[in-house]
Amino acid sequence: MARKVNSLSPFNVTALALGMAFLYLPIVILVIYSFNASRLVTVWGGWSLRWYYEFFNDRAMLDAAWMSLRVAAVSATIATLLGTLAAVGLVRGERFRGRSLLSGMLYAPLVMPEVISGLSLLLLFVALNAERGFWTVTIAHTTLTICFVTVVVQSRLASLDRSLEEAAMDLGCDPVQAFLRVTLPLIIPAIAAGWMLAFTLSLDDVVIASFTTGPGSATLPIRIYSEVRLGVKPEINAICTMVIALIAVVIVIASLASKLSSSQGESAAPL
Amino acid sequence: MSARRIFAQPARFAAIAPYLWMVLFFLVPFGFVLKISLSQTAIAQPPYLPLFDFTEGWAAIKAAFAQLSLDNFRLLVSDNLYISSYLRSLVVAVASTLILLLIGYPIAYGMARLPQRWQAIAMMLVIVPFWTSFLIRIYAWINILQHDGLLNKILLALHLVSAPVVWLSTDTAMYIGIVYSYLPFMILPLYATLAKMDPSLLEAASDLGASPVRAFWLVTFPLSLPGVGAGALLCFIPIVGEFVIPDLLAGSGSMMIGQTLWLEFFTNKDWPVAAAAAVALLVLLVPPLLLYDRLQRRQLGAAD
Repeated sequence: MARKVNSLSPFNVTALALGMAFLYLPIVILVIYSFNASRLVTVWGGWSLRWYYEFFNDRAMLDAAWMSLRVAAVSATIATLLGTLAAVGLVRGERFRGRSLLSGMLYAPLVMPEVISGLSLLLLFVALNAERGFWTVTIAHTTLTICFVTVVVQSRLASLDRSLEEAAMDLGCDPVQAFLRVTLPLIIPAIAAGWMLAFTLSLDDVVIASFTTGPGSATLPIRIYSEVRLGVKPEINAICTMVIALIAVVIVIASLASKLSSSQGESAAPL
Repeated sequence: MSARRIFAQPARFAAIAPYLWMVLFFLVPFGFVLKISLSQTAIAQPPYLPLFDFTEGWAAIKAAFAQLSLDNFRLLVSDNLYISSYLRSLVVAVASTLILLLIGYPIAYGMARLPQRWQAIAMMLVIVPFWTSFLIRIYAWINILQHDGLLNKILLALHLVSAPVVWLSTDTAMYIGIVYSYLPFMILPLYATLAKMDPSLLEAASDLGASPVRAFWLVTFPLSLPGVGAGALLCFIPIVGEFVIPDLLAGSGSMMIGQTLWLEFFTNKDWPVAAAAAVALLVLLVPPLLLYDRLQRRQLGAAD
């Protein structure tokens, strides 16, 4: 009798099925329609790769995609370096002056409305007289994704057994050597997952990029956004499907990385 | 000195680079927003009067302080456009959060009831859309909701409506978009509290004669309140400042504060007023942010 209390009821199953359908159906429909031969987005004209072909002949879109990939790769790399350093400082540094200010600054962008972050960074770049384009968007994306790397690496570091580092130091390593030879290899999967999270978030952003980019250097989301405002185009379906495919690959790699990390003993990262 | 203490020193130095980065690109920009919100509008590039000119010395700084004005904030409270967009943002955020709770709770509850192995899979399934592009997910809905889109086709085929319904550019479309985008943010904290719950509490309730429904309201729901609070705030806070979803899915009628700010900045090029609107939006968000912070701290405290 008592077992029944915590088991699945038909109500639970229905809620789960409807919930998952709600989350996934729109994306599935989008992917299917990207292979539609018809010019009209809503009329099914048979399977075709026509819109993918159109995309690879669309100079402006290709430039925007290239810009987005570069921004995402560079900003994710800087964010991973800084985010990992911040995680090491916060977890292993224990209490130091200004620690709560650092964690406050790191986590604030998580909840800050994007229009405010975008506006404030633009005002800074204008005041610094910085030319807006690749580097300003990259800096903006770095600032906003550091916290995601920090969260992932921090939880991995916190679950790590400290006696490993202590043993390394007893055996004659200095703290930096102990970190590089013992700690770093153990948290590498979490660092990789953090990089990929930062990469996908940068690839997705439209609001902050709109504020911080200059003329002639639009990212892919900015281009998609301005096209979508003018109405639905089948080419956009194809571009979106490719972005989804890219992100799916990244997620699979990231989850393999975190599985690898958890199979090495400790508990898995939350993401 | 223990090895742990020796390690703490270089670890602190590790924080210097991220510290400097965040001060320069997060804290200082807010100083600029605040400063510009208090300065005069000007027809220039950049379109505001500079406030500080440190090269001119102390007297110039004092003069600059004397020039600070609250005019932009006075404009905000006297202009109907701003008041109505603040109100609309609040209404939309509250309504969306309630809908999200109603939809998200049963899903999270179902997830927590799954066998252990399936829970991990279900959690992955909820997280994946969060990784997938936000803009693309909104765009997917435009496909479905447009005049001759899939939704109208299905409704017509089932003879539920006799003519296509206008979905796009309505508040309904906007709510669908918001609920769709923020659902993972609601489910995950709810699931986290529900999954941690001790099942023997429900067994005890049923042994004492409570019906499943009664046990839910008397035991499960009260115990899940921290998750409800965290999920609600995690959704409410960003929805208030939402720009993309209302811009793409809602009609051109009343705007949310994020849209007004955007318009003021890019179309009207009134930077000081836009900055003042940003400061006001931030002030509006301080109470829910503090509440969320307190909730998180209590959760962490309970976990230790």
